[in-house]
This record gives sequence, structure tokens and C-alpha cells, in this order.
Amino acid sequence: MGRISVKPAAKADGRIGEFAAALSRRAEAMPPGICPVGVVLGQLQVSLAQTCGKCTPCAQGMPKMAKILQDVAQFKADEAALRELRAAADLLRETGDCAVGWQAADMVLAGLEAFPEEFASHLEAGQCAAGTRQTVPCTTLCPAHVNVPAYIALAAEGDCAGAVKMIRKDNPFPTACAMICEHPCEERCRRTMVDAPVNIRGLKKYIVDTVPANTVPVPRPLPATGKRVAVVGAGPSGLTCAYFLGLMGHEVTVFEQRQQLGGMMRYGIPAYRFPRQRLDEDLQAICSLPNLEVRANSPIDGDGLKRLAGEYDAVYVAIGAQGGKMLTLPGSDAAGVMSAVDLLEAIGDGNYPDFTGKNVVVIGGGNVAMDCARTSVRAGAQSVTVTYRRRLEDMTALPAEVEAAIAEGVEMMCLQAPECIEVDAAGAACALLCQPQRIGAVKRGRPVPEAADKPLLRIPADIVLVAVGQAIESAPFEEAGLEADRTYFCADEFLQAPGFSNVYVGGDCQWGPRTVIMAIGAGKAAAANIDEALGFCHQLDCGAQVPPARSNNRTPYGRVQVAERPARERRGDFECVEIPVSHEEAMQECGRCLRCDVYGIGALTGKEQGAW
Amino acid sequence: MVTISLDGREVQAAEGTKLVDAAAAAGVSIPTLCYLKGLNFIGSCRVCLVEVEGEGLVASCNTAVREGMVVRTATPAVAAARRANLQAITDDHRAVCATCVRQDTCALRSLSSAFNLEDSTQPLPEKGTWDEDFPLQRDSSKCIKCMRCVAICRDVQHCGVWDFTGMGPSMKVTVRDGLPISQAGCALCGQCITHCPTGALTARDDVSLIMEAILDPEVMTVVQVAPAVRTAWGEGVGLSHDEATPGRLASALHALGFDKVFDTDFAADLTIMEEGSEFVEFMASDKPRPMFTSCCPGWVRFAKLHYPGVVHQLSSAKSPHQMLGAVVKNTLADEAQAAGKRLFCVSIMPCVAKKYECDVPELATVPAGEDPQLAAEAAPDVDAVLTVRELDRLLRTVGVQCATLPEVDFDNPLGTSTGAATIFGRTGGVMEAALRSAAYLITGENPDFSTCDTTDATPEVPWVSKTLAIGDATVRIAIASGLENTAQLLDALERGEAEFDFVEIMACPGGCVGGGGQPIHFNREMGAQRAGILNRLDNAAPLRYSHENPDIHQLYETWLEQPLSHTAHEWLHTHQEDWQI
Repeated sequence: MGRISVKPAAKADGRIGEFAAALSRRAEAMPPGICPVGVVLGQLQVSLAQTCGKCTPCAQGMPKMAKILQDVAQFKADEAALRELRAAADLLRETGDCAVGWQAADMVLAGLEAFPEEFASHLEAGQCAAGTRQTVPCTTLCPAHVNVPAYIALAAEGDCAGAVKMIRKDNPFPTACAMICEHPCEERCRRTMVDAPVNIRGLKKYIVDTVPANTVPVPRPLPATGKRVAVVGAGPSGLTCAYFLGLMGHEVTVFEQRQQLGGMMRYGIPAYRFPRQRLDEDLQAICSLPNLEVRANSPIDGDGLKRLAGEYDAVYVAIGAQGGKMLTLPGSDAAGVMSAVDLLEAIGDGNYPDFTGKNVVVIGGGNVAMDCARTSVRAGAQSVTVTYRRRLEDMTALPAEVEAAIAEGVEMMCLQAPECIEVDAAGAACALLCQPQRIGAVKRGRPVPEAADKPLLRIPADIVLVAVGQAIESAPFEEAGLEADRTYFCADEFLQAPGFSNVYVGGDCQWGPRTVIMAIGAGKAAAANIDEALGFCHQLDCGAQVPPARSNNRTPYGRVQVAERPARERRGDFECVEIPVSHEEAMQECGRCLRCDVYGIGALTGKEQGAW
Repeated sequence: MVTISLDGREVQAAEGTKLVDAAAAAGVSIPTLCYLKGLNFIGSCRVCLVEVEGEGLVASCNTAVREGMVVRTATPAVAAARRANLQAITDDHRAVCATCVRQDTCALRSLSSAFNLEDSTQPLPEKGTWDEDFPLQRDSSKCIKCMRCVAICRDVQHCGVWDFTGMGPSMKVTVRDGLPISQAGCALCGQCITHCPTGALTARDDVSLIMEAILDPEVMTVVQVAPAVRTAWGEGVGLSHDEATPGRLASALHALGFDKVFDTDFAADLTIMEEGSEFVEFMASDKPRPMFTSCCPGWVRFAKLHYPGVVHQLSSAKSPHQMLGAVVKNTLADEAQAAGKRLFCVSIMPCVAKKYECDVPELATVPAGEDPQLAAEAAPDVDAVLTVRELDRLLRTVGVQCATLPEVDFDNPLGTSTGAATIFGRTGGVMEAALRSAAYLITGENPDFSTCDTTDATPEVPWVSKTLAIGDATVRIAIASGLENTAQLLDALERGEAEFDFVEIMACPGGCVGGGGQPIHFNREMGAQRAGILNRLDNAAPLRYSHENPDIHQLYETWLEQPLSHTAHEWLHTHQEDWQI
């Protein structure tokens, strides 16, 4: 007999990991619209399973709290019960011995604080608060509410043209979203419970790679209404609004200040992520509407807006956030220092910079920073470094973007706050000096960096690209009477601008720089609300039918990823980095979709999402 | 078309057909609870399970046929799974079947019996609270959360009264936004009742009121029956449609002990005289088009609650049974008084909304010589409304042997009626009857029946319309039934996409034959079949124009002078805008 056995005492431990992983996947796939009381209860029930039973407030308190929460969930509790719940949670938080207990109490109390309306509604009205309702996760989380299960099913049936039509029902940019959408649709994909979220963006790419969008005719517009609508800005939001209004039979004119269409899809996103000819596929389809006129090189100023509001039945202002924000660092006026927006705008019209032999430093951790860094690599830079105040995992850029940049040779210098730009005698930038940071306590869900007790770091930099945000060029319109709050245009929830009866605003110029799909969602909403205001309630036929569902394939599969060209090859050109998803891969991925529009709550609430 | 194997047989079905429908078409009946064809296929009850090779057990209401699918509907595994789910549903249902008005028509009860379920081991759920005065009653403890009421109210009837809330075991059907039912925009069409698989939704039971009145020696009871009642009353007392004639119905009502048995058809003819004359005046006026019929209180409620802007365009004519109530109250008062009795007027209606209508204070007429301002305090013209289901219950309670009853005429002088009145009970019927007489009023000649024909009216399309020439005038008419259809028509009128002179609306799909007060047959829509009975009665009627009803002429001569006279207005017209809801 030895003294120490190498066999684990708890034999089941080896397998608990699998179950814990499944549990966390289930938590990840928390359905949008879920009742928050249920979530708080669920969290407590997990805690209850983890309680060892040693300490009084935990062993006795948790079952009591769970019972009360269950009563609340079932609309059987009253105020007194809620007070008891709070008391038990307070006791556990104050007197709990370990985190299994006090952290559970923290979460219960946080839930009470975060969802007061829901708790009050359960107690007083005997029902969930208004709007608490589970739906189809992907469709709900897509800002344009694209019918994802339907187009995946169409692709699975080999009808990619039908899939394009189904996407276009809510979003006239199938190609753009196939290439560069941040795919919020995948965030709570129910498939995560089984294995991993369906690669929805990848499937959309398969669809438009198989049948390019410009080869799928758009529907014929409904009979002419005689109404005229002006749209200011030919970005994703403006063109979406114009497209749908055109389909509804209104006469639409789009005014664009630049020489080409697409807004930030052209002047903000580099071609290696979204090749221009692919953007043109969407644009050609949209512009094929006979009642949609686009006027490029047609900037609209304040007086212009007033004129449009007078001449047209309605106006949609979607001018985006076109200005580059700059940091007020010492030396930031030196030669070689420029905003991300300036760099990406120039390449939008094909004016690529030559950074041969230069050291480039990018400031920022978002997708735009990655775009700048990867563009600089392709522009021949000798070295490209991204500096960021927080950690790599705190970057707001998509992880895939960060990984791609690293693979292309970009150096990520994290926990570096820019302090000043060193300028040479000729007035040109030569280095960025950074104050190293130490990651600190979490505030509002993110750990905050604080100055570390370390010396300044000097990073050689001939070019400094500032990618810390975009600005809305609101001044001319504000002078014309369009209300704005710190440059963000004001609008009600239906995007109508105060002070005008027929002017709507939406997209980046209303909520600040966000994503293409959010801009599309705003454009769609504006189109519906303008149609309504003009006295119509047009329903559009997209020309594709939702296929019947096949029973769920319950076998866990790996998620098919969109492959990229080798980094060493792609870093030398501006060609598309992604490789098409193969038919075989796409069919397997389609088969993972659980058709939440047909199975589960979607059978009940999915219908409400189809119409708009 | 795709071919599937169904229980070993090759069966063809159109692409997209649900398995449950493909099976039904092949003569294979699959039990269902929540499924409502074309409207509700949410797969919630899991009773319609079938086995699909390679896929296991699937809900046949929510699975479409696919080429080569091998389906088995009657295996022991299927039966066991169906039974287990049924048991779970029943365990959560207040199964007090002995005293439930749906005991004979409850889908859950018949399945429970077929599947040989066991007693629940759990305590029965508690009955929820509800406004007991409201004509629509709900017992949440009998709700099986099938959501059929939600679907039919939202998708077919446009009202969206029902909703659901909560999660897991606490998920429940509620009145939308947590409102009291009386404030939730309910038209009282009763379609949720006739589509409820259990006794969760019912009409307020007023049978005991009628029993009391019949037993009271100081009360003269007067009963009238709506046109559509004659198509369906036999269904609940075991008569075939051939046996359940209007004459036997009159006999049965006498057998129940009613003192006078009148036919609402008489008042339908009267309605046509008033509404037809109103329409002739309307056509010569510049009033906004169209004029809407006003016979259907579900429609009037719907208009008031959801489209208040059109209420002033309703015909001012009261609905037929209210007209008859007013005539009875005003013409039989002396006879009743001489006999030392007071009148109690009962309407047997295929309708739930009429339980509301008879209580609308603004509809009560004021006895001659009294201050018309006191109308609101006057006794109602119709004291109580029974649905056909309640009538059938009453007949069963009293033990009337309907099959053996002789056929008798309705009582006179308010008994004679025409075929035009009979078709009031189906969609298009009011319009058709009105056109028959309006043409006569304008041209002095009876039009061809075919000119006025509306038998193509159907709830399957939003509305049907036609344009006809009457004398020098061109009349554009439209007919809609079902409130979603109605909403679409009203929206089209509002947007100027449609223009009509005269529009007939009935709240229930197909009209009163499919009314919310009619006998219930789970998953069988009876409207078209019952409408056929009305059309046959019309075709066989010796009189088919309301203006040729001799008793109507008599009524005008004796009491009312002429249509739209002062007295006619006092008795037979109303301002729906003033009705309280």
C-alpha cells in the first residue's frame, strides 16, 4: 500500500467537465426575449447544485431563495415574499463563507436590481413585462430581422437564388453581409446547445458565391404611388431605405456626396475583406429598380435639406459617421499622422498608399484598427504595430480579425496607452511613446486599464494611424434645424426627426458608428415608417417560399469555418482573403440548423417576425 | 405531388402538406388537440405524434410530407407516447366533466376516453377569476394551452384579444396586455369558444334565467329564433339536418313552455323594409360611402372598438331580433297586461355578441306616453339571449323528444316570413335580401333573383363585390365575413383602393351559420353546409321578397305607418355611436 493514490477520489470528476461545458454552451445560447426571472432562477439553481452544504446561510438560504423565485416565475409571489428573498440574499452575501454562496447571492441581488420591471410585473400583473417573449434567436438578433432559417433551408434545397430573394426580403445587401457582417445572428444560436453556433455568415457567403446577387433579379416594384422620397447618403442605410421604398412603388432619389456608392462599405472597409466587384453585385441589383435614381457627387448641405423636405414627400437622412476622430496627443499634427478614416477613404476610390520601408503604428483595438493594420501590411510597411490600452481579449474587433492580422505579421502591443508622438526635425513623426498599463478592476462589465509603474515605451513610427472612432459631420444639418445631441441626430423610435414632419434619420448618424447590418436595419425601419406616414401599408412579396422543415439532426458536429488564403500569400495583395465554402461543407453546415422558426417557441412567435 | 408510405400504403400529397392532413385525406385519422388547420400548427400538445423512419417520433401537424417518407401512425410506441402526453395534459386540466358544458363536445374528453387515461394523482388546478357578467367566459383551469384561441382571434378575427405569457409550467393564456376582458377589444364573436377544444372558453350560461321565467305564472314568455338557428339546433339534440325543420323547432319551443313562439325571420323582413328604404334614401344623398349593414352586433362592437371612424356609416336599423323585441314589447303589452302577466322576451341566437346587445340600454324602447329621455332606464326589449348550445341544453334538460314532435307554424301575427329573411343567416344574405327589395322600391318591379344573388360570398377571400344596375342607378356592393377580412376591406376603403355604396359585414366567418353561439364540432367548420340549408329554404319559400310579406304590411298599417316613419324610428332604429361598451 502506497500513501498517495494517483487515482482521483471523485471518480465522476473526469466526466463532469463535459457536463460543465454543455451547461455553459446552454447558458451561451440563452434565448433572446427570455424571462429574466427565469434566468435569475436558473442561475440560482446552478448555484444550488454547487452548494456543499457546510454553511448555514448557503445551505438553508439557497433553497428558500429558489422556492421564492419559482413562485415569482409562476406569478404566485407577493411583495412580502420578495422581501424575504432579498433578506435571504443579503444574509448570504454578508455571511457566506465562500464564493459558491456569496457570489450566488450577489447575482440574485443584481437580478433584482437589473430587472425591476419584470419582477414588478410578475408580482402585480400576474404576467411577464411587455416585450418579454422568446422568439427565433437568429432572426431576432439580426437588426434587419432577416429570416435566417428560411434562407438556410433554401440553400439546403439547392435554391441559392431563392435564398438571395429570402435575404432580400429584409436586407438588400446579401453580398455585403456575406462578406463582412458581424453576424449577431450567431450569438445565441440554439445549435450552440448541441455543439456550436451555425456558421450563418459562412452560409450566406456560400449562397452569394454560388449565385451572385446581381444575377438574381429584384422583384418588380408595386404600382407607382405618385409619392417622392429623397434619401441623403448612399451607404447601407440610405440604399436599404431607397430599395424598399422603390419596391413599394414610391419614386426615390438618392443623393450621394462621393463619386461612388456604398458609403463605409466602400470607403471604410478594405477590398481584401470586401472586394469592390462584390459590393457592385449588391449595388447593381438595388440600382436596377426603375424608380430609384442615384445622384453621385451630389452633396447636400443644410439649405439642401430644407429644400428636399419641401420638394419631396419624405426625406431619409443617412449620412453615416464620415469624420475621423483624432487624439489630442502632443505631436499629433506631425506629418505621417492620419486618421483611419482618411486612409480607408482614399483606398475606397483606389488611391492606395505606399508604406514601403515604413514603420506603421496603429492606435486602437477595433475592427477599423485591424483594417488599418492589415492595409498597411499590404501597402508594403516594414513593420506594423497595433497599440491598445487594454488586453488582446478586450479588443472590440472580432477575434477572427485580430487573428488574421497577427497571422499577416501585425504586432499587437497591448496595455499601451499612447502618450505622445515623437517628431523629427523635419516635422515628421518618428515614434509613438506609450505609457504601459496594468489591467484593473472591472467596471461596467469591462476591466479598466490603469497606468502601470513601468517606464514609457518607445515604438518607432513613421506613420501613425489613429483608429479611435468616427465622427458624425452633423453641423450643416444642425444649422438647418435637424436636432442633434453631441452630433448624434435625434429621432424617435420610428426614426422620425423632431422639428420636421417628413424627415427621418437613421444609421450611424443617429446612433454613432456601428455595423453595416445595423445600418441596414435602420434603413428598413425607415422605409416601413415612411410608407406608413405616406398613407400606405405595402406588403412586399420576396418571391421565395419558406421550405418545410426536416427533423433536427441531433448528432453533434464541428462548425464549418470559412477558410482564408495563406497569410504569407494574401499579405501581399488586396485580393479577397477568404476562400469560398465548398458545397459539401455548406450542406453539412445547413444540416446543423435547428429550424427554430418551426420547432419550439418559433412555431408560435415566428409568424410575427415574418411580416414587416 | 410527393409520395409517402403511410402505414404501408403509398399515399400521394401536395408538397408542403402536413402529415396530419395527408393522413386525413387518405382516411387515416390522427388525434389532435392544438392543431387548427392553416392557423395553428405549433406542435405543442404532442398528441398527433407519428413515427417517421429515420427520424423517430414527430408531430404530424408540424411536419410536411417529403418524397419517400415512411410514416407509421398506429404503432404501440406511437400510442404509448400519445397517451403519455395526453395524460400529462389531463393531469393539469380541471377535469370536472360531469358539470362541464362541453362534456359532449370536448376534444380532450373524447381522447381521454379513447386512450383509457387514468385519474390524475395531482390536485386539480384551481379555477381562476373572471368577470362573470361578461358574455364570454373563461375558466383558466380547463385551458390546455393549445393557443387555438390566440390564433383564431388574431389571424381570423383581427382582435388579438388573447395572448400568452410566462415560461415553463407557468406559461398561460391571458387577455392581451393584462387587460380586463371587457376592455380588451373583444367583439364577442365567440369564435374562440367554438374553436376551444375544452370547456375553457364558454358563453355566459343564461339558461337558469329562462327556466325561472317559464316557471313564473306571472310572466308571459315570448321566444324568437334567428334564421341560422334552424340550420343547427338539431345538432345538439341528435336530429339530422332533415329532421331539424323550422316547424319542429317551433314545436320544441312550445314544448319547453314558451307562451309565444315567433320567428326572427319576420323581423328580418322588417329590417329589409327599414334598411332598404334607408339605403334608397342614402343613394340619393351625398353621405359618405358606403353604408354598412348593422344586423351583426359583433360587427358593431368591432367597428366601435377597432374602427370607430366608420360607425356613423352604419345603417341605423336595429338588428332583427331587437326589432322584434321592440315590436313585441309595444304590440303585446296590452294582451299581457290583460292576462295579468308581464312580458319576458327571449332570443335564441347563433351568437354570443347578442348577449351583449340585448343589454345595451340605448336599445330599449320607451313605452308610449313615457319620456323618451328615460330610455336608458327602460326595461330591455329583449330580456335574455340564449345561444343554440344553451337551447339544446334546455331541450335536453326538459327532456323534449324532438324527433317525435309535429311540425307547427310559428305564432302569428309575427310569424310569417319570406325566403329573403331566411338567408340573413349566411354571409351575403342580408345584402341579397336588401337588393331584392331595394330594386323594387326604386323601380317598382321585382328584380330577378339572379341579379341579387350573393351565394358566392365566402370567408375564403377578404371580400366579394359586384356592381349592379338598379333602375338608373349603379350600385356597388361588397360582402365580407370574418373580422380580419373586414379589417382588410375597411383598410382598403380607407386608402381609397376600394369604393362601394353598400357593404354587408358579418363578424363570424360565413355569417351566423358559423356563429360563435352555434353547436360545436371539433375541427369541423359547418358554415357552408348550414348555409346550404338556408338557401334551400329560400328557394322553396312561397314568398321570397321581404316587401311581399303580408304580415309586414299589416304591421305598418296598424302600428308603424310606413318605413322610416316617426314610430318606425322610435322602435326600429338606433344610434350605434351612443351604445355603451
